[in-house]
Amino acid sequence: MDNKLPVRGREDLLALLRDEQEKARHIDEQFIEQTAQSMGLSIGEVYGLATFYHFLSTRPLGRNIIRVCKSIPCYLKSSQLIIETVQAELGIAPGETTQDGMFSLHLTNCIGACDQAPAMLLNHDLHGNLTPDKIAQILEACL
Amino acid sequence: MPEKRIVLKNCNVIDPRDINTYLEQDGFKAHTLALGMTPEAVIAEVKASGLRGRGGAGFPCGLKWELARKAPGDVKYLICNADEGEVGTFKDRYILQHDPFTLIEAMAIAAHAISAKQAFIYLRAEYHYLLDVLVDAIDQVKAKGFLADLDINICEGAGAYICGEESALMDSIEGKRGEARFKPPFPPSKGLWGRPTIINNVETLMNIPAILLNGALWFSQIGTDKSKGTKVFSVSGDVDRPGVCEFVMGSRLDEIVVDWAHARDIKMVQVGGATGGIFPYSMIETPLAFESVLGSGAVTVFDKSRDTLDFVFRTVEFLAEESCGKCTPCREGTEVMLEILGRLASGDGQQEDIQMLEELTNVMALSSLCGLGQSASIPVLDTIKYFRNEFEIRIQQSVFLRSLRGQQWQ
Repeated sequence: MDNKLPVRGREDLLALLRDEQEKARHIDEQFIEQTAQSMGLSIGEVYGLATFYHFLSTRPLGRNIIRVCKSIPCYLKSSQLIIETVQAELGIAPGETTQDGMFSLHLTNCIGACDQAPAMLLNHDLHGNLTPDKIAQILEACL
Repeated sequence: MPEKRIVLKNCNVIDPRDINTYLEQDGFKAHTLALGMTPEAVIAEVKASGLRGRGGAGFPCGLKWELARKAPGDVKYLICNADEGEVGTFKDRYILQHDPFTLIEAMAIAAHAISAKQAFIYLRAEYHYLLDVLVDAIDQVKAKGFLADLDINICEGAGAYICGEESALMDSIEGKRGEARFKPPFPPSKGLWGRPTIINNVETLMNIPAILLNGALWFSQIGTDKSKGTKVFSVSGDVDRPGVCEFVMGSRLDEIVVDWAHARDIKMVQVGGATGGIFPYSMIETPLAFESVLGSGAVTVFDKSRDTLDFVFRTVEFLAEESCGKCTPCREGTEVMLEILGRLASGDGQQEDIQMLEELTNVMALSSLCGLGQSASIPVLDTIKYFRNEFEIRIQQSVFLRSLRGQQWQ
């Protein structure tokens, strides 16, 4: 991408971790060690970054990541029902990944879609004005 | 006061995918005008307009630019804060989706004002789906030759509310954990990589081209004494018509919530996001401006069916989760608030809980490093102020429930 910085140094660490997250679905110890070594940073510093940001994970996540918004504007529009529906459809609790590795479910803070509440992100796509019926359709489309 | 479109004037008018539709609406005329002016003259115009930051803090925009301009050093940076994480705020998303060109033009003008050669747009990870339209817009502007002296890089976050705080944002761009810095130094003197930096919210920048085209005098005649221009509000919650609207500064809360968004049976409204002030229905005619309350312009409406304690608990839960953890008052304070509010919300409150909350929030407001901890007290103290009886009733109920269970304490 034209508008991204060329790989230079410390300022690229976050982008590097984000890319690894996309590719390997998590950031493992080996990657943290290697990255620290190649950038001349301590393991703690890289690990610190990997555990600070919500979109990075040191545990493997599913192929599809669902982030249901739990902040107040969505909560006022029954996000709880959406969360329960996704839980029931997938058979997993928030923070868990399905056994086949297809889905991870996370609860997230405001995703800036309060005008379409209740809303969620499926990977990078926004889905708003959710209903239990819509959830079933959205999940089916992933399979 | 009426609706007025300055920031949103091109939204749904131009095609965000086609720069020619933007040029037809006087696009880049302000930029051409600015390039014909000295940087000092551009800054003087912005200063005279009275434009203040729209991200929440309301710092005078022209002064910020002037400080960065006057700071010693050849390398200076411009950052557009598009890390819109404030709960209930989605105006910047709307702007980026509908009119990325005005933002880019404004950034080019700001860069000229402080002689920055490199600019960044810090885009939150949750808005990754906007990356495409932004990159496309930058490419089109470049192709038209408007960005000859400026590199605009899009820097994506990775999910952290605190990165909307300017010093945490800079740490994040530098590839670090997004933790608030001690201030001073402030960014205009020592910002990104220790260089003079201006950080402006998306909405703040959106005002710049109009100010240059129409003049500072025109802009300074709109709004109130200390709040010039318009404000874009993100309205959500218990309303029939959620969405984004733009009103002249000083408009009354009821004009937005009742007349525009068609709310009914209002119990209270929170203005400004998670740490925003609370307005009970009796204060619905409060004018919204920097003189009263504005924050990010998030307007969240709660109807009479809503439980105050449930709301405060969830708000503080959010703040505790998103505290960066660097300073003790915020990291520990939000957790202890959460513990107290959690037991209150679940009917296990204690007599001294209200007093403990008041004492704790005082300490946090005085000693926290950044706005998160400093203003975490606002929704808590405001709800105690306006809905104290709900807190007291919950404590009485808690005492009663415990007596039924045979627990004697408290």
